[in-house]
Amino acid sequence: MAENKFSGDKATQELRQVAEDLNIQTIWDREVLQTPHCGFGLLGICCKNCNLGPCRVDPFNPDGPKLGVCGADADVIAARNLLRHITAGSACHNDHGREITKAFYMTAKGEAQGYKINDEQKLKVVAQEYGVTIEGKSSPEIAQELAKKIFSEYGQQEGELALIQRAPKKQKELWRKHGMMPRGMDREVVESMARTNMGVDNDYRSLMRQGMKVALSDGWGGSMIATDLSDILFRSPRPLSGKSNLGVFKEDEVNIAVHGHVPVLSDMIAQAATDPEILKYAKEKGANGILVAGICCTALESLMRRGMPVAGNFLQQELAIITGALEMLIVDLQCVMPSLPEIAKRFHTKVISTNPRAHFPGTEYIEFNEAKGFELAKQIIRKAIDNFPNRKKESVNIPKVSADLVPGFTTEYVFDMLGGKTRFTYRPLNDGIIMGRLRGVAAVVGCDNPKMQSGDTHARLVKELLKNDVLVVQTGCAATACAKDDLLTPEAAFKHAGKGIQEICEAVGCPPVLHLGPCVDNSRILTACCEMVKEGGIGNGLDELPIAGAAPEWVSEKAVAIGWYFVASGALVVFGMPYPLYGAKNLTNFVTKEVEEWTGGRWAFEPDPMKMARIMIDHIDAKRKALNLRPMMYQ
Amino acid sequence: MKKLYYDPKKCTACKTCEIVCAIGHSPSKDLYTAIVEDNVSLPSVRVYVGQEGNFPLACRHCKDHPCVNACIASALSYDTEKGLLFNKEKCVGCWMCVMACPYGAVRTDKRDNKSVRCDLCADINDPRCAKNCPTKAIVYVEEKK
Repeated sequence: MAENKFSGDKATQELRQVAEDLNIQTIWDREVLQTPHCGFGLLGICCKNCNLGPCRVDPFNPDGPKLGVCGADADVIAARNLLRHITAGSACHNDHGREITKAFYMTAKGEAQGYKINDEQKLKVVAQEYGVTIEGKSSPEIAQELAKKIFSEYGQQEGELALIQRAPKKQKELWRKHGMMPRGMDREVVESMARTNMGVDNDYRSLMRQGMKVALSDGWGGSMIATDLSDILFRSPRPLSGKSNLGVFKEDEVNIAVHGHVPVLSDMIAQAATDPEILKYAKEKGANGILVAGICCTALESLMRRGMPVAGNFLQQELAIITGALEMLIVDLQCVMPSLPEIAKRFHTKVISTNPRAHFPGTEYIEFNEAKGFELAKQIIRKAIDNFPNRKKESVNIPKVSADLVPGFTTEYVFDMLGGKTRFTYRPLNDGIIMGRLRGVAAVVGCDNPKMQSGDTHARLVKELLKNDVLVVQTGCAATACAKDDLLTPEAAFKHAGKGIQEICEAVGCPPVLHLGPCVDNSRILTACCEMVKEGGIGNGLDELPIAGAAPEWVSEKAVAIGWYFVASGALVVFGMPYPLYGAKNLTNFVTKEVEEWTGGRWAFEPDPMKMARIMIDHIDAKRKALNLRPMMYQ
Repeated sequence: MKKLYYDPKKCTACKTCEIVCAIGHSPSKDLYTAIVEDNVSLPSVRVYVGQEGNFPLACRHCKDHPCVNACIASALSYDTEKGLLFNKEKCVGCWMCVMACPYGAVRTDKRDNKSVRCDLCADINDPRCAKNCPTKAIVYVEEKK
């Protein structure tokens, strides 16, 4: 087994051993082969944007090159690279939002098979925010008008986004003052790319201003649209009981995993798998049923809404095939490893790719189309059932490891949870913070990375925060990692949390760690923070709230974009490892210090989860002090 | 004794050897810290462009070591097992070794007027440049007799 830092998760350990016995290369082996990673790349001081180069700035030798051939210094090179990372991340979320809007529009026109509008209340709220009049109109009429408004917002050239108006007045004024208010989602992506071309924007501060602008178009634009329309289309989540880890696969059922991000596919597969005709077909082929589980964010979309089991997070996608019990892996896009088809060749697993944006040689491509959504989903599931008899008993290794969790929390549900059925309010949350029962709120989100002891860093950080009476909210693969440690159950409060959180969890009946969904649902954290400001007593802007965020094991450019929309919105964001930055000293100073003067938010980088918790707690304490809140009740 | 050998056909001039050398000889031994240390560490290996391709070059630890004979301060000595040994304290920065080296492999550090020399990573007994070369253009093997 490759000697890198390795997940403490039993299921992962077991299947990695199987992979080694079968001589199958996995992400951990590839990480070792790539070590050491290039120092220039890690420092962010290499540029290949034009054919004057590739160029590098020498970090050690005084007589080495300090400028690229064009004359760009380390700060400009690193800032241009960073802006490209932010832009690619934002583009992913914004395009995800567009995909949901398309399914939403087709549903509204009655052209999407098997989809319907599930939350009319939320439809009306969002429609009004977009200036759609709702009086005397049917839901499909409202939805069509709303979809058209959103489509045009993508290409909007002037003005401001509709949903960013949810932000407190203070933030909006800061964004306008610093020229960071996004105009349209596509508009900002295009301008960002144009700025990074050789000889365009040569000021690292200006490049970062655009970086925050495009990131804001993601958090308060594409991601928020994806969250809200998914709620309307696939129902708004409410807490339910869920299961996660590779032990969710069944020995006697057809196992199907959906992997990727957009619920338009995964939700339909989950729905079609309950069709009586399909279940009968599975029985005919000798299976006792059909199990649809998810991997990565698309798993969390359906976990939140249907209680669909989560087979694993990002790092476990290859292992799902290595269980030998997976009939089919259906993928759409984002975070899908290109290595999957090669590993699938060693087993009976069929890998099906479905999205015209994301092709994988070695997979069967069945383009998913909402117009025939239900039929296509059934057709794909039939192929999986046909594959069931090909499963080799001797190759099956399903680890007997799974954990329970309670997901399904949303900005809207917190009103019900705290206020009860008669009084919708965030008051108890704000009061808890004001009285010092609760120190503040921290988000622990992001990916899992083979460079770190995967999962363990998340759990250690979360436990330390809970111990210090910091309520934790989670999304994405970080949440799946903590679920393995039983942190997303109500019982976790009594095992790990300080007395203040215990009292709150006991009174409300919630877990101390609230699962808000997949990565696009980080937008829920923004809207929940807005509600906290609106409720009053803990500051007039997002930057004044005693909150902090962390992505200890970030991998994707999407994580960089998310981090930046939180920093632009006034939060402290801590990454376990820096993005390519440290070779550019002025830029480093800007993102870790100077940006705070613009937005109130800033970046910190710290790999040790205990020190990371300390940075976050110190920040929360500083905010508490500035607000003149009471001392902590139990410390 | 083992020596470092270079294959210009495999060297892509990525300068990983320079980076790991500088980090390895810095007080912190950490990339992110090494680049901001007061007296930033200098790599003793440098990558050059040659007729047959690129090649990294550091002290060859040669058996006939003309630099040792040229040193006026007795800062240099030769050990048949460990190669060329450098007593930095004694170095007076006269650069006679630089003149004498037939490979041009001795690097000067003008900040303190001392030479910068490859010690074959004596601290870990395994030269980092060879260990970390991504294309195996640098190898550390027994010298052919």
